[in-house]
Amino acid sequence: MTPDTPNTAGTPDTAGTPGTPNTAGAAGAAPDTAGEKVLMKGNEAIAEAAIRAGCRCFFGYPITPQTEVAAYMSKRMPKEGGTYLQAESEVAAINMVYGAASAGVRAMTSSSSPGVSLKSEGISYMAGSDLPGVIVNIQRGGPGLGGIQPSQADYWQATKAIGHGDFHMIVLAPSTVQEMADSVFDAFDLADKYRTPVMVLADGMLGQMMEPVVMPGRIAELPDKPWATNGHKGKRERTVANSLYLVPEELERRNVERFDRYNAIRATEQRVEQYLVEDAEIVLVAFGACARIARSAVGKAREKGIKAGLIRPVTLWPFPADAIDAAVRSATAFLTVEMNMGQMVEDVRLVVDGRRTVGFFGRTGGVIPTPAEVLDAIERMDRGMSGDDCSAEPEHMGGAR
Amino acid sequence: MPVPDVKPFTVVTGHYGVGKTNFCINLALDLAERYEAVIVVDLDIVNLYFRVSDYTDLLAEKGVRLIAPMFAGTTVDAPSLSAEIYSAFEAPGAVIFDVGGDDAGATALGRFQRDIGQIDHDMLYVVNRYRDLTATPTEAVRLLKEIEEASRLSATGIVNNSHLKQETTAETVLGSVGFACETARVLGLPLVCTTVPEGLRGVLPEGPVPVPFGSGPTAPASAQARYVQNAYHIKTYVRTQWEDPEWEGP
Repeated sequence: MTPDTPNTAGTPDTAGTPGTPNTAGAAGAAPDTAGEKVLMKGNEAIAEAAIRAGCRCFFGYPITPQTEVAAYMSKRMPKEGGTYLQAESEVAAINMVYGAASAGVRAMTSSSSPGVSLKSEGISYMAGSDLPGVIVNIQRGGPGLGGIQPSQADYWQATKAIGHGDFHMIVLAPSTVQEMADSVFDAFDLADKYRTPVMVLADGMLGQMMEPVVMPGRIAELPDKPWATNGHKGKRERTVANSLYLVPEELERRNVERFDRYNAIRATEQRVEQYLVEDAEIVLVAFGACARIARSAVGKAREKGIKAGLIRPVTLWPFPADAIDAAVRSATAFLTVEMNMGQMVEDVRLVVDGRRTVGFFGRTGGVIPTPAEVLDAIERMDRGMSGDDCSAEPEHMGGAR
Repeated sequence: MPVPDVKPFTVVTGHYGVGKTNFCINLALDLAERYEAVIVVDLDIVNLYFRVSDYTDLLAEKGVRLIAPMFAGTTVDAPSLSAEIYSAFEAPGAVIFDVGGDDAGATALGRFQRDIGQIDHDMLYVVNRYRDLTATPTEAVRLLKEIEEASRLSATGIVNNSHLKQETTAETVLGSVGFACETARVLGLPLVCTTVPEGLRGVLPEGPVPVPFGSGPTAPASAQARYVQNAYHIKTYVRTQWEDPEWEGP
């Protein structure tokens, strides 16, 4: 899944695969699989990569289709001297992550959509207390209990409304099993760097599917955390993890300071993969598993003489606005492909700001769009552009309406 | 070797994701040429994705009957087995049990231990040298012991289904032979076959003289073999939509 044209508007050093820390071969790397390709499920890759990234506390609760993350952790974590704990609920699990993160430990929890909703309070508390931590969401269809098939319907939740209050969370969207592993490594690094919760947002397909993956080597050194509440032993000022500020001016000052950090993240951490975008007239925008379907359709569209390309956001927050904005110059239209009723399309429209048509094609409820359906949507956009078929509407839900 | 020489009643077990389901589909379709009737029992109540019940139509085309868990394909997350499974024990022709992964999956198999024990059967243990957590003979042997304990049934043969999905090359397959031989040797079981993707037919050297396992030259598990014995050519049915060869981009 290496991009043919790896380029990133504004952030060339982070294009393509999200920056895997160059720790391969570092001391302590598991000798049996380091550097060698193994077949793993996406969920297992997440768990193993987390351990190699220094995660020593995992708190979770079973839910399809993410349960393998917890199952794998339950087997591996004790061997690493870490803590695996099946909490009594998702609410408990995220608060355990809060506690472990306060003590400076790399900690993680994982769930699927309904379970992530339960974690929202704890995530807000973590953001309010400036605590790093990794939350994995292997999305399934919603709302409510929904279904157990793959979905991307938690885009809004992850990028805009993961909890109450003024805050953001970095959201990474892997698209291959390899990236499931790499993104967890990245997530821990970003979380520590910016002292913020980070979400890895994948879906049931990516969690359950098998692909060859090269596991990153073990992290050599964990960052120093002078803010951690791990006992001052009378040698330093006491530290506190807290999100309660009753003096409005104090709470405002902290929020403003946090948003300065968010601005830095927006400026430096936007990541995308681009495929045939340079001369593309119809630019598809898709993330996660959908991006792979879209990529197949783009290839077929090119065979048919339609200049299509694909921008795949790797970070959903910060949204890669710079790459979309740059594509406005050459593109005549955009088409987002999503496994939901049309969520990311709003962010694309915000960036495009009326300068071009932005269409949407999606399936929802756990239905995965086929490459053929996406190709149809591209062809409709193409006809609409040339005026051959004025029935081409900007939005088409395949069979979902 | 066109089709592995297995008994008409065959149980297929192994670690999650080694390719049991794809192997079962191939075996069922091939046995359909040999037997009047073939039944596949989907015993996987652990994993609700990429399971044999997703291929009901493909199997039905060749006259293969599928007995699936009651809610398979409906996304109802309820692990329930169908009473219809009992018809398989009295059915003429061939029967294949596709068991869920690991000891967790094999627990469902244990439910039928007495019935299967009374039938002359094979229980195949599918291994994949590239599958995480069963990538060494030691790990593969340990997992089979767990499966045998949970199912209270014993394996009768090894299937080497080592692959790296779409990245599988001749070297991938050859690089797994030593691992499979060593696993079979430690377990004292025959290596029934090594699967070879259709695309590698003719590319991969296939051995002219089968060496009985346990008596042949022992090679380190990581050694690269020069040829494959008992090759079983299989098609890839289990894949994601974007892996469909007709949908590969230019």
